[in-house]
Amino acid sequence: MRAVTQNLMQFLWAFLVGGGICVLGQLLLDVARLTPAHTMSLLVVVGAVLDGLGWYEPLIEFAGAGATVPITSFGNALVHGALTELETNGWIGVITGIFEVTSAGISAAIIFSFLAALVVRPKG
Amino acid sequence: MAQIAASGGTKGKFRPVSMSAKEYKAFAKAHEPSRPVGKNVLRAFVTGGMICALGQGIQQLFVTFADMSPRQASNPTTAVLILISVILTGMGVYDKFAQWAGAGSAVPVTGFANSMASAAIEHRSEGLVLGTGVNMFKLAGSVIVFGVVAAFVIGMIHAILDLWRGG
Repeated sequence: MRAVTQNLMQFLWAFLVGGGICVLGQLLLDVARLTPAHTMSLLVVVGAVLDGLGWYEPLIEFAGAGATVPITSFGNALVHGALTELETNGWIGVITGIFEVTSAGISAAIIFSFLAALVVRPKG
Repeated sequence: MAQIAASGGTKGKFRPVSMSAKEYKAFAKAHEPSRPVGKNVLRAFVTGGMICALGQGIQQLFVTFADMSPRQASNPTTAVLILISVILTGMGVYDKFAQWAGAGSAVPVTGFANSMASAAIEHRSEGLVLGTGVNMFKLAGSVIVFGVVAAFVIGMIHAILDLWRGG
């Protein structure tokens, strides 16, 4: 029973934190009047800075997919790869490590999008 | 930019017949329909939260059935969400959903995948290389560029701080 409650709490926090990050994005669009491209770029940089300060990992521990699914986690993963390789390989690691963690997301998006372009006819 | 340059060129001898850039901005702002911010924010919160909760569910499936730690499971979870998003984009469903959901559909990684898949499909008629290949990153490109540049700067700051601390 306790495990079930804990599980439900994980879903709740994922929902609340993930929804909260999307609200931030909506406010940047509607109130700050940024373009979607500016909004997304800004959120990625915010995620990167938060990881640079060491604050994004605790958020992932706490909110699970609520922190890993929004685009901010892309910035977090880029910085995380860079900092991990910096520790193991020195300065050159900042360059070689950047795409280490994010490769799954980018590869999947490229491959599936390419396959979709082969199969699907554009509408309208 | 072109308009501003053109109105700047008429400075001096001629009084510009058309509005200055500043006047135009005020005029356009007065006539722009006001955005229902409260409604948009609520929609973004609910849809964004639901996508993240779906991600949490997929992640727990990986943890339960593939013996992964939650951290290990986050990468395959991202891939599954991207697959779902690309399929829905191909069916023309995601873009309709996005109009309703606003940032709630754009901020999660599914929105990133949607921007790539829709550009890839839309430009397919211009060829696989010049259409799909060239245009796929039209929107997603700026996210990657600024993410990488930010990661580089932050990495260098850390490297310099390490050096400074004598690490």
